[in-house]
Amino acid sequence: MAKTHVITEVNGEEAEFLCEPGQTLLETLRDELNLTGTKEGCGTGDCGACSVMLDGRLVCSCLVLSPEVDGRKLETIEGVADGEKLHPIQQKFLEHAALQCGVCTPGFVVATKALLEKNPDPTEEETRYWLAGNLCRCTGYDKIIRAVLDAAAELRGEA
Amino acid sequence: MPLENEGEDWRMLDAQYISPRSVAEAVEALKGGGKDAMVLAGGTDLLVQARTGLRDPRLYVDLKRIPDLMALDISSKGLHLGASVPAAQIFENEDMKALYPGLTEAVDLIGSTQIQGRATVGGNLCNGSPAADTVPSLLVLEAICVIAGSEGERRVPASEFTTGPGETVLRPGEFLVRIEIPAPSKGAADAYLRFIPRTEMDIAVVGAAVSLTLDSSGCCEAASVALGAVAPTAILVEGAASALIGSTLDEAALERAGSAAYEAAQPIDDKRGTAEYRRRVASVLTQRSARMAAERARGRN
Repeated sequence: MAKTHVITEVNGEEAEFLCEPGQTLLETLRDELNLTGTKEGCGTGDCGACSVMLDGRLVCSCLVLSPEVDGRKLETIEGVADGEKLHPIQQKFLEHAALQCGVCTPGFVVATKALLEKNPDPTEEETRYWLAGNLCRCTGYDKIIRAVLDAAAELRGEA
Repeated sequence: MPLENEGEDWRMLDAQYISPRSVAEAVEALKGGGKDAMVLAGGTDLLVQARTGLRDPRLYVDLKRIPDLMALDISSKGLHLGASVPAAQIFENEDMKALYPGLTEAVDLIGSTQIQGRATVGGNLCNGSPAADTVPSLLVLEAICVIAGSEGERRVPASEFTTGPGETVLRPGEFLVRIEIPAPSKGAADAYLRFIPRTEMDIAVVGAAVSLTLDSSGCCEAASVALGAVAPTAILVEGAASALIGSTLDEAALERAGSAAYEAAQPIDDKRGTAEYRRRVASVLTQRSARMAAERARGRN
Protein backbone atom coordinates (compact mmCIF):
# COMPACT_ATOMS: atom_id res chain seq x y z
CA MET A 1 0.00 0.00 0.00
CA ALA A 2 1.31 3.43 -0.94
CA LYS A 3 1.53 5.61 2.10
CA THR A 4 0.46 9.23 2.00
CA HIS A 5 2.74 12.00 3.18
CA VAL A 6 0.99 14.60 5.32
CA ILE A 7 2.29 17.86 6.75
CA THR A 8 0.13 19.51 9.34
CA GLU A 9 0.32 21.64 12.46
CA VAL A 10 -0.31 20.01 15.81
CA ASN A 11 -0.51 22.21 18.93
CA GLY A 12 1.39 25.01 17.24
CA GLU A 13 4.21 22.90 15.86
CA GLU A 14 4.68 21.43 12.41
CA ALA A 15 4.11 17.69 12.30
CA GLU A 16 4.83 15.33 9.44
CA PHE A 17 3.74 11.74 9.06
CA LEU A 18 3.11 8.90 6.67
CA CYS A 19 -0.28 7.24 6.79
CA GLU A 20 -2.54 4.87 4.96
CA PRO A 21 -5.09 6.99 3.05
CA GLY A 22 -7.99 5.31 4.86
CA GLN A 23 -6.42 5.68 8.30
CA THR A 24 -8.41 7.87 10.67
CA LEU A 25 -6.89 10.92 12.29
CA LEU A 26 -7.44 9.24 15.65
CA GLU A 27 -5.27 6.27 14.64
CA THR A 28 -2.57 8.56 13.26
CA LEU A 29 -2.47 10.77 16.35
CA ARG A 30 -2.09 7.76 18.61
CA ASP A 31 -0.02 5.35 16.50
CA GLU A 32 2.14 7.59 14.29
CA LEU A 33 2.51 10.77 16.35
CA ASN A 34 2.40 9.04 19.77
CA LEU A 35 -0.16 11.54 21.00
CA THR A 36 -2.09 9.00 23.04
CA GLY A 37 -3.99 11.55 25.12
CA THR A 38 -6.77 11.42 22.54
CA LYS A 39 -8.82 8.30 23.33
CA GLU A 40 -10.80 5.89 21.23
CA GLY A 41 -14.26 5.18 22.60
CA CYS A 42 -16.80 4.10 20.02
CA GLY A 43 -14.97 4.85 16.76
CA THR A 44 -18.25 5.98 15.19
CA GLY A 45 -18.62 9.59 16.33
CA ASP A 46 -21.08 8.89 19.14
CA CYS A 47 -19.00 9.32 22.30
CA GLY A 48 -16.68 12.30 21.85
CA ALA A 49 -13.67 10.66 23.54
CA CYS A 50 -11.53 11.40 20.48
CA SER A 51 -12.47 15.11 20.28
CA VAL A 52 -9.84 17.41 18.78
CA MET A 53 -9.87 20.85 17.19
CA LEU A 54 -9.45 20.91 13.41
CA ASP A 55 -8.98 24.43 12.00
CA GLY A 56 -10.72 25.80 15.07
CA ARG A 57 -13.68 23.42 14.96
CA LEU A 58 -14.45 20.68 17.44
CA VAL A 59 -14.58 17.31 15.63
CA CYS A 60 -14.36 13.59 16.38
CA SER A 61 -10.94 12.50 15.14
CA CYS A 62 -12.36 9.01 14.46
CA LEU A 63 -14.48 10.58 11.69
CA VAL A 64 -11.61 12.37 9.92
CA LEU A 65 -9.32 10.66 7.43
CA SER A 66 -5.65 11.44 8.06
CA PRO A 67 -4.90 12.85 4.58
CA GLU A 68 -7.65 15.42 5.16
CA VAL A 69 -5.51 17.30 7.70
CA ASP A 70 -2.73 18.13 5.24
CA GLY A 71 -2.07 21.85 5.61
CA ARG A 72 -4.62 22.18 8.45
CA LYS A 73 -4.22 23.12 12.10
CA LEU A 74 -4.87 20.59 14.85
CA GLU A 75 -5.17 21.07 18.59
CA THR A 76 -5.25 18.06 20.90
CA ILE A 77 -5.43 17.47 24.64
CA GLU A 78 -1.62 17.54 24.75
CA GLY A 79 -1.71 21.23 23.86
CA VAL A 80 -4.09 22.26 26.64
CA ALA A 81 -1.71 22.42 29.65
CA ASP A 82 1.17 24.89 29.69
CA GLY A 83 4.06 22.48 30.26
CA GLU A 84 3.62 21.17 33.80
CA LYS A 85 1.02 23.79 34.62
CA LEU A 86 -2.51 22.50 34.20
CA HIS A 87 -5.07 24.57 32.33
CA PRO A 88 -7.79 25.95 34.66
CA ILE A 89 -10.28 23.52 33.05
CA GLN A 90 -8.04 20.57 33.95
CA GLN A 91 -7.49 21.95 37.45
CA LYS A 92 -11.23 22.28 38.02
CA PHE A 93 -11.89 18.75 36.75
CA LEU A 94 -9.46 17.55 39.45
CA GLU A 95 -10.90 19.75 42.19
CA HIS A 96 -14.47 18.68 41.44
CA ALA A 97 -13.52 15.00 41.03
CA ALA A 98 -15.12 15.24 37.58
CA LEU A 99 -13.55 12.00 36.43
CA GLN A 100 -13.27 8.42 37.56
CA CYS A 101 -11.79 6.11 34.92
CA GLY A 102 -10.60 9.08 32.85
CA VAL A 103 -11.14 7.73 29.34
CA CYS A 104 -13.69 10.41 28.45
CA THR A 105 -11.77 13.22 30.18
CA PRO A 106 -9.48 14.40 27.35
CA GLY A 107 -12.50 14.71 25.07
CA PHE A 108 -14.45 16.62 27.72
CA VAL A 109 -11.54 18.99 28.34
CA VAL A 110 -11.02 19.71 24.64
CA ALA A 111 -14.78 20.21 24.11
CA THR A 112 -15.02 22.44 27.19
CA LYS A 113 -12.12 24.60 26.01
CA ALA A 114 -13.89 25.03 22.66
CA LEU A 115 -17.11 26.03 24.47
CA LEU A 116 -15.47 28.58 26.76
CA GLU A 117 -13.51 30.19 23.94
CA LYS A 118 -16.77 30.72 22.09
CA ASN A 119 -18.98 31.46 25.07
CA PRO A 120 -17.09 32.45 28.25
CA ASP A 121 -20.26 32.59 30.34
CA PRO A 122 -22.44 29.63 29.35
CA THR A 123 -25.57 28.69 31.29
CA GLU A 124 -25.81 25.18 32.70
CA GLU A 125 -28.27 24.33 29.93
CA GLU A 126 -25.95 25.61 27.20
CA THR A 127 -23.11 23.65 28.75
CA ARG A 128 -25.11 20.44 28.85
CA TYR A 129 -26.20 20.83 25.22
CA TRP A 130 -22.66 21.64 24.05
CA LEU A 131 -21.29 18.56 25.83
CA ALA A 132 -24.14 16.22 24.78
CA GLY A 133 -21.78 14.50 22.33
CA ASN A 134 -19.32 13.59 25.09
CA LEU A 135 -20.34 10.44 26.92
CA CYS A 136 -19.16 9.54 30.43
CA ARG A 137 -20.15 6.21 31.94
CA CYS A 138 -18.73 6.89 35.44
CA THR A 139 -19.63 10.27 36.86
CA GLY A 140 -23.25 10.85 35.98
CA TYR A 141 -22.14 14.20 34.45
CA ASP A 142 -23.05 16.40 37.39
CA LYS A 143 -19.50 16.88 38.64
CA ILE A 144 -18.33 17.53 35.09
CA ILE A 145 -20.90 20.29 34.64
CA ARG A 146 -19.93 21.85 38.02
CA ALA A 147 -16.26 21.73 37.00
CA VAL A 148 -16.97 23.38 33.64
CA LEU A 149 -19.06 26.18 35.15
CA ASP A 150 -16.45 26.76 37.85
CA ALA A 151 -13.64 26.81 35.27
CA ALA A 152 -15.65 29.30 33.22
CA ALA A 153 -16.00 31.57 36.28
CA GLU A 154 -12.29 31.33 36.99
CA LEU A 155 -11.37 32.12 33.39
CA ARG A 156 -13.64 35.17 33.56
CA GLY A 157 -11.74 36.23 36.67
CA GLU A 158 -14.75 35.76 38.94
CA ALA A 159 -13.60 32.84 41.05
CA MET B 1 -9.18 -1.12 18.44
CA PRO B 2 -11.17 -4.31 19.03
CA LEU B 3 -9.51 -7.40 17.61
CA GLU B 4 -12.66 -8.80 16.03
CA ASN B 5 -12.79 -5.78 13.71
CA GLU B 6 -9.21 -6.03 12.61
CA GLY B 7 -10.01 -7.45 9.19
CA GLU B 8 -12.50 -4.71 8.41
CA ASP B 9 -10.17 -2.02 9.70
CA TRP B 10 -7.46 -3.15 7.32
CA ARG B 11 -9.98 -3.14 4.51
CA MET B 12 -10.80 0.47 5.35
CA LEU B 13 -7.12 1.43 5.56
CA ASP B 14 -6.48 0.00 2.13
CA ALA B 15 -8.44 2.67 0.27
CA GLN B 16 -7.23 5.60 -1.78
CA TYR B 17 -7.85 9.29 -1.13
CA ILE B 18 -7.89 12.29 -3.42
CA SER B 19 -8.84 15.92 -2.75
CA PRO B 20 -9.69 17.63 -6.04
CA ARG B 21 -9.58 21.44 -6.22
CA SER B 22 -12.42 21.92 -8.71
CA VAL B 23 -15.75 20.37 -9.66
CA ALA B 24 -14.23 19.24 -12.98
CA GLU B 25 -11.37 17.45 -11.19
CA ALA B 26 -13.84 15.73 -8.89
CA VAL B 27 -15.93 14.57 -11.86
CA GLU B 28 -12.78 13.09 -13.46
CA ALA B 29 -11.72 11.40 -10.22
CA LEU B 30 -15.12 9.77 -9.77
CA LYS B 31 -15.15 8.61 -13.38
CA GLY B 32 -11.70 7.06 -12.96
CA GLY B 33 -12.62 5.44 -9.64
CA GLY B 34 -15.70 3.68 -10.97
CA LYS B 35 -18.43 2.36 -8.71
CA ASP B 36 -16.23 1.99 -5.64
CA ALA B 37 -15.30 5.69 -5.63
CA MET B 38 -17.34 7.68 -3.12
CA VAL B 39 -17.52 11.37 -2.38
CA LEU B 40 -16.53 12.46 1.12
CA ALA B 41 -18.02 15.66 2.51
CA GLY B 42 -18.46 15.74 6.30
CA GLY B 43 -17.92 11.98 6.51
CA THR B 44 -20.22 11.61 9.52
CA ASP B 45 -22.31 9.00 7.72
CA LEU B 46 -19.85 7.60 5.16
CA LEU B 47 -16.92 6.93 7.52
CA VAL B 48 -19.22 5.20 10.00
CA GLN B 49 -20.64 3.07 7.17
CA ALA B 50 -17.11 2.23 6.00
CA ARG B 51 -16.03 1.40 9.53
CA THR B 52 -18.97 -0.90 10.15
CA GLY B 53 -18.71 -2.56 6.74
CA LEU B 54 -22.00 -1.22 5.30
CA ARG B 55 -20.07 0.45 2.50
CA ASP B 56 -16.69 -0.29 1.05
CA PRO B 57 -15.19 2.81 -0.57
CA ARG B 58 -12.00 2.07 -2.52
CA LEU B 59 -11.45 5.73 -3.38
CA TYR B 60 -12.49 8.68 -1.23
CA VAL B 61 -13.03 11.83 -3.29
CA ASP B 62 -12.87 14.59 -0.66
CA LEU B 63 -15.08 17.53 -1.67
CA LYS B 64 -13.90 19.93 1.04
CA ARG B 65 -11.12 21.62 -0.96
CA ILE B 66 -13.39 22.73 -3.79
CA PRO B 67 -14.27 26.43 -3.26
CA ASP B 68 -17.76 26.08 -4.84
CA LEU B 69 -18.70 23.34 -2.38
CA MET B 70 -17.43 25.26 0.65
CA ALA B 71 -19.22 28.51 -0.21
CA LEU B 72 -22.17 29.93 1.72
CA ASP B 73 -23.41 32.93 -0.27
CA ILE B 74 -26.47 34.98 0.53
CA SER B 75 -27.52 37.66 -1.94
CA SER B 76 -30.68 39.42 -3.05
CA LYS B 77 -31.33 36.34 -5.23
CA GLY B 78 -31.25 33.99 -2.28
CA LEU B 79 -28.98 31.37 -0.78
CA HIS B 80 -26.29 29.32 -2.49
CA LEU B 81 -25.22 26.67 0.00
CA GLY B 82 -22.19 24.59 -1.01
CA ALA B 83 -22.75 20.88 -0.40
CA SER B 84 -19.72 20.57 1.92
CA VAL B 85 -20.35 23.53 4.24
CA PRO B 86 -20.40 22.20 7.82
CA ALA B 87 -23.53 22.60 9.94
CA ALA B 88 -21.80 24.78 12.54
CA GLN B 89 -20.85 27.35 9.92
CA ILE B 90 -24.48 27.53 8.80
CA PHE B 91 -26.15 28.09 12.15
CA GLU B 92 -23.46 30.52 13.32
CA ASN B 93 -24.36 32.72 10.33
CA GLU B 94 -26.62 35.59 11.46
CA ASP B 95 -28.08 36.08 7.96
CA MET B 96 -29.10 32.42 7.85
CA LYS B 97 -30.89 32.76 11.18
CA ALA B 98 -32.64 35.93 10.03
CA LEU B 99 -33.68 34.78 6.54
CA TYR B 100 -34.22 31.03 6.94
CA PRO B 101 -34.83 30.48 10.67
CA GLY B 102 -36.57 27.12 10.18
CA LEU B 103 -33.84 25.62 8.01
CA THR B 104 -31.22 26.99 10.39
CA GLU B 105 -32.98 25.36 13.37
CA ALA B 106 -33.12 22.07 11.49
CA VAL B 107 -29.38 22.27 10.82
CA ASP B 108 -28.76 23.05 14.49
CA LEU B 109 -30.65 19.89 15.52
CA ILE B 110 -28.32 17.49 13.71
CA GLY B 111 -26.00 15.52 15.98
CA SER B 112 -23.58 16.70 18.63
CA THR B 113 -21.28 19.72 18.59
CA GLN B 114 -18.54 17.48 17.23
CA ILE B 115 -20.77 16.16 14.43
CA GLN B 116 -21.89 19.70 13.58
CA GLY B 117 -18.27 20.64 12.97
CA ARG B 118 -18.29 18.29 9.99
CA ALA B 119 -21.81 17.21 8.97
CA THR B 120 -23.34 18.97 5.97
CA VAL B 121 -26.81 19.72 4.63
CA GLY B 122 -25.65 18.18 1.35
CA GLY B 123 -24.80 14.95 3.15
CA ASN B 124 -28.06 15.01 5.10
CA LEU B 125 -29.89 15.11 1.76
CA CYS B 126 -27.66 12.61 -0.10
CA ASN B 127 -27.72 10.06 2.74
CA GLY B 128 -31.42 9.69 1.93
CA SER B 129 -32.74 9.10 5.43
CA PRO B 130 -36.54 9.54 5.64
CA ALA B 131 -35.94 11.23 9.02
CA ALA B 132 -33.27 13.70 7.84
CA ASP B 133 -33.99 16.93 9.72
CA THR B 134 -33.08 19.44 7.01
CA VAL B 135 -35.05 17.85 4.17
CA PRO B 136 -38.59 19.02 5.13
CA SER B 137 -37.18 22.56 5.39
CA LEU B 138 -35.54 22.26 1.97
CA LEU B 139 -38.88 21.15 0.52
CA VAL B 140 -40.91 24.05 1.92
CA LEU B 141 -38.24 26.55 0.82
CA GLU B 142 -38.40 25.18 -2.76
CA ALA B 143 -34.71 24.34 -2.78
CA ILE B 144 -33.03 23.34 -6.03
CA CYS B 145 -30.19 20.80 -6.01
CA VAL B 146 -27.36 21.50 -8.44
CA ILE B 147 -25.71 18.22 -9.46
CA ALA B 148 -22.42 17.74 -11.34
CA GLY B 149 -21.43 14.72 -13.40
CA SER B 150 -19.61 13.71 -16.55
CA GLU B 151 -22.68 14.68 -18.62
CA GLY B 152 -22.53 18.20 -17.18
CA GLU B 153 -24.61 20.00 -14.61
CA ARG B 154 -28.28 19.39 -13.92
CA ARG B 155 -30.79 20.89 -11.54
CA VAL B 156 -33.33 18.85 -9.57
CA PRO B 157 -35.92 20.20 -7.10
CA ALA B 158 -35.25 18.99 -3.53
CA SER B 159 -38.77 17.52 -3.56
CA GLU B 160 -37.66 15.06 -6.28
CA PHE B 161 -34.13 14.41 -5.03
CA THR B 162 -34.81 11.58 -2.58
CA THR B 163 -36.54 8.58 -4.13
CA GLY B 164 -36.65 6.15 -1.19
CA PRO B 165 -34.82 5.27 2.03
CA GLY B 166 -31.12 5.72 1.21
CA GLU B 167 -31.95 6.33 -2.46
CA THR B 168 -31.59 9.52 -4.49
CA VAL B 169 -31.64 10.65 -8.12
CA LEU B 170 -27.82 10.77 -8.15
CA ARG B 171 -26.43 8.58 -10.95
CA PRO B 172 -23.04 6.86 -10.72
CA GLY B 173 -20.31 9.49 -10.89
CA GLU B 174 -22.62 12.36 -10.00
CA PHE B 175 -22.47 14.47 -6.84
CA LEU B 176 -24.29 17.39 -5.27
CA VAL B 177 -22.50 20.73 -5.74
CA ARG B 178 -24.83 23.13 -3.98
CA ILE B 179 -28.36 23.84 -2.86
CA GLU B 180 -30.06 27.01 -4.09
CA ILE B 181 -32.93 28.60 -2.19
CA PRO B 182 -34.81 31.69 -3.35
CA ALA B 183 -34.78 34.82 -1.20
CA PRO B 184 -37.79 34.94 1.12
CA SER B 185 -40.47 37.33 -0.10
CA LYS B 186 -41.80 40.13 2.09
CA GLY B 187 -43.82 38.74 4.97
CA ALA B 188 -42.46 35.20 4.54
CA ALA B 189 -40.93 32.99 7.24
CA ASP B 190 -40.28 29.33 7.96
CA ALA B 191 -40.12 27.04 10.98
CA TYR B 192 -39.15 23.43 11.69
CA LEU B 193 -40.03 21.29 14.68
CA ARG B 194 -39.23 17.67 15.35
CA PHE B 195 -40.29 15.30 18.06
CA ILE B 196 -37.74 13.08 19.80
CA PRO B 197 -38.23 11.28 23.12
CA ARG B 198 -35.18 12.98 24.63
CA THR B 199 -33.87 16.52 24.31
CA GLU B 200 -30.74 16.00 22.19
CA MET B 201 -28.80 13.47 20.12
CA ASP B 202 -31.68 11.56 18.60
CA ILE B 203 -33.42 10.88 15.29
CA ALA B 204 -36.78 12.48 14.50
CA VAL B 205 -39.90 10.44 15.24
CA VAL B 206 -41.69 13.10 13.20
CA GLY B 207 -40.44 16.38 11.75
CA ALA B 208 -42.63 19.19 10.39
CA ALA B 209 -41.54 22.23 8.40
CA VAL B 210 -43.78 25.12 7.43
CA SER B 211 -43.05 28.13 5.25
CA LEU B 212 -45.68 30.81 4.82
CA THR B 213 -46.21 34.35 3.61
CA LEU B 214 -48.55 36.78 5.37
CA ASP B 215 -49.86 39.98 3.82
CA SER B 216 -49.97 43.22 5.82
CA SER B 217 -53.41 42.35 7.22
CA GLY B 218 -52.11 39.01 8.56
CA CYS B 219 -53.81 36.89 5.91
CA CYS B 220 -51.84 33.90 4.62
CA GLU B 221 -51.02 34.39 0.92
CA ALA B 222 -48.79 31.39 0.38
CA ALA B 223 -47.85 28.32 2.41
CA SER B 224 -45.95 25.09 2.16
CA VAL B 225 -45.91 22.20 4.63
CA ALA B 226 -43.58 19.19 4.66
CA LEU B 227 -43.23 16.21 6.97
CA GLY B 228 -40.24 13.99 7.72
CA ALA B 229 -40.04 10.45 9.16
CA VAL B 230 -43.64 9.54 8.27
CA ALA B 231 -43.07 8.08 4.77
CA PRO B 232 -40.22 6.53 2.72
CA THR B 233 -39.09 10.10 1.92
CA ALA B 234 -39.93 13.52 3.30
CA ILE B 235 -43.25 14.62 1.80
CA LEU B 236 -44.96 17.87 0.86
CA VAL B 237 -48.51 18.06 2.23
CA GLU B 238 -50.50 20.17 -0.19
CA GLY B 239 -53.74 19.73 1.74
CA ALA B 240 -52.15 21.30 4.81
CA ALA B 241 -50.80 24.19 2.75
CA SER B 242 -54.18 24.91 1.15
CA ALA B 243 -55.84 24.84 4.58
CA LEU B 244 -53.57 27.68 5.64
CA ILE B 245 -53.74 29.77 2.47
CA GLY B 246 -56.42 32.45 2.64
CA SER B 247 -56.78 32.10 6.42
CA THR B 248 -55.52 34.29 9.25
CA LEU B 249 -53.95 31.22 10.84
CA ASP B 250 -56.95 30.95 13.16
CA GLU B 251 -57.59 27.81 15.20
CA ALA B 252 -59.96 26.31 12.64
CA ALA B 253 -57.43 26.71 9.80
CA LEU B 254 -54.65 25.25 11.92
CA GLU B 255 -56.83 22.28 12.82
CA ARG B 256 -57.63 21.66 9.16
CA ALA B 257 -53.91 21.78 8.35
CA GLY B 258 -53.23 19.34 11.20
CA SER B 259 -55.91 16.96 9.91
CA ALA B 260 -54.41 17.11 6.41
CA ALA B 261 -51.00 16.22 7.87
CA TYR B 262 -52.59 13.34 9.80
CA GLU B 263 -54.15 12.02 6.58
CA ALA B 264 -51.04 12.49 4.44
CA ALA B 265 -48.65 10.74 6.83
CA GLN B 266 -47.94 7.11 5.92
CA PRO B 267 -45.69 6.10 8.79
CA ILE B 268 -44.56 2.67 9.90
CA ASP B 269 -44.64 1.09 13.35
CA ASP B 270 -41.18 0.78 14.81
CA LYS B 271 -39.32 1.12 18.11
CA ARG B 272 -39.51 4.91 17.83
CA GLY B 273 -43.31 5.01 17.76
CA THR B 274 -46.42 3.41 16.31
CA ALA B 275 -47.88 4.59 13.02
CA GLU B 276 -50.97 6.02 14.75
CA TYR B 277 -48.82 7.90 17.26
CA ARG B 278 -46.73 9.36 14.47
CA ARG B 279 -49.82 10.51 12.57
CA ARG B 280 -51.05 12.35 15.66
CA VAL B 281 -47.64 13.92 16.29
CA ALA B 282 -47.52 14.98 12.63
CA SER B 283 -50.80 16.85 13.14
CA VAL B 284 -49.64 18.57 16.33
CA LEU B 285 -46.23 19.55 14.97
CA THR B 286 -47.73 20.91 11.76
CA GLN B 287 -49.96 23.25 13.77
CA ARG B 288 -47.17 24.34 16.12
CA SER B 289 -44.75 24.86 13.26
CA ALA B 290 -47.33 26.94 11.37
CA ARG B 291 -47.92 29.11 14.46
CA MET B 292 -44.20 29.63 14.85
CA ALA B 293 -43.72 30.54 11.18
CA ALA B 294 -46.69 32.94 11.35
CA GLU B 295 -45.29 34.66 14.43
CA ARG B 296 -42.04 35.22 12.57
CA ALA B 297 -43.78 36.35 9.40
CA ARG B 298 -45.78 38.97 11.34
CA GLY B 299 -42.50 40.48 12.44
CA ARG B 300 -41.47 40.87 8.82
CA ASN B 301 -44.40 42.88 7.52
